[in-house]
Amino acid sequence: MVNPLLLSSFVLLMFLSLIPLAGYTQANIEIDTPAIVSLKQRMQQRHNQLEAYYARGAVGLTRDGLVDMRDANAVPLAARQSVNALVAAENQDRNAMYREIARANGHPEWEADIRSTFAQRWIQLARPGWWYQSADGSWVRK
Amino acid sequence: MKKLLGAGLCALTGVALPGCVTINIYFPAAAAEKAADKIIEEVWQLKKPGEEGQGTQGKPGAQEGQGSDRPTAPEPASQPGMPPQQLMQPQQ
Repeated sequence: MVNPLLLSSFVLLMFLSLIPLAGYTQANIEIDTPAIVSLKQRMQQRHNQLEAYYARGAVGLTRDGLVDMRDANAVPLAARQSVNALVAAENQDRNAMYREIARANGHPEWEADIRSTFAQRWIQLARPGWWYQSADGSWVRK
Repeated sequence: MKKLLGAGLCALTGVALPGCVTINIYFPAAAAEKAADKIIEEVWQLKKPGEEGQGTQGKPGAQEGQGSDRPTAPEPASQPGMPPQQLMQPQQ
């Protein structure tokens, strides 16, 4: 009969030897695929137009990693439609970005995690004065 | 005493072994955060152009010299009622 103590020690040792390997596989997230790069560039160009509306509080950052028209009254009637289009296009690209990053890393099921990571980081890196949605859904000015 | 130690080790192994399986599919939160920051900094242009490194070829002090180069975002404060297309045009 095999000594259970010896067996456990051996199995435990095997487990411990795996830890650095697991750490290594977690070290990186791939974000340099052509799809992600082109989404990034489009969002960068769009940001030049959206920036003024973030600052004015017309558009805010949502808790689910998207943007939303927060205060339509802060946008003149004539421009409202174009801002709505900007918001829709931005959200489409953001959704595609989260999906694409998850896919590029071989884990499509990570999409929700990537989205929530981005949601937190967008808000964290937002400029003072911009509006964001808190966890309970209310709008807060940074 | 030895028996107790053996039981403890067995229990620990029982906990650790499933951990091996789950650790491989665990979401790498820290790496994802870093990746998100990198993308957001580029999309929002939070860093000065050229600071990324590829363009600058070992010019010491290049960063400091660029401080005044970057114009601040156009402030719509004086005319809050203008659509973005008009904001982009140079004032004449």
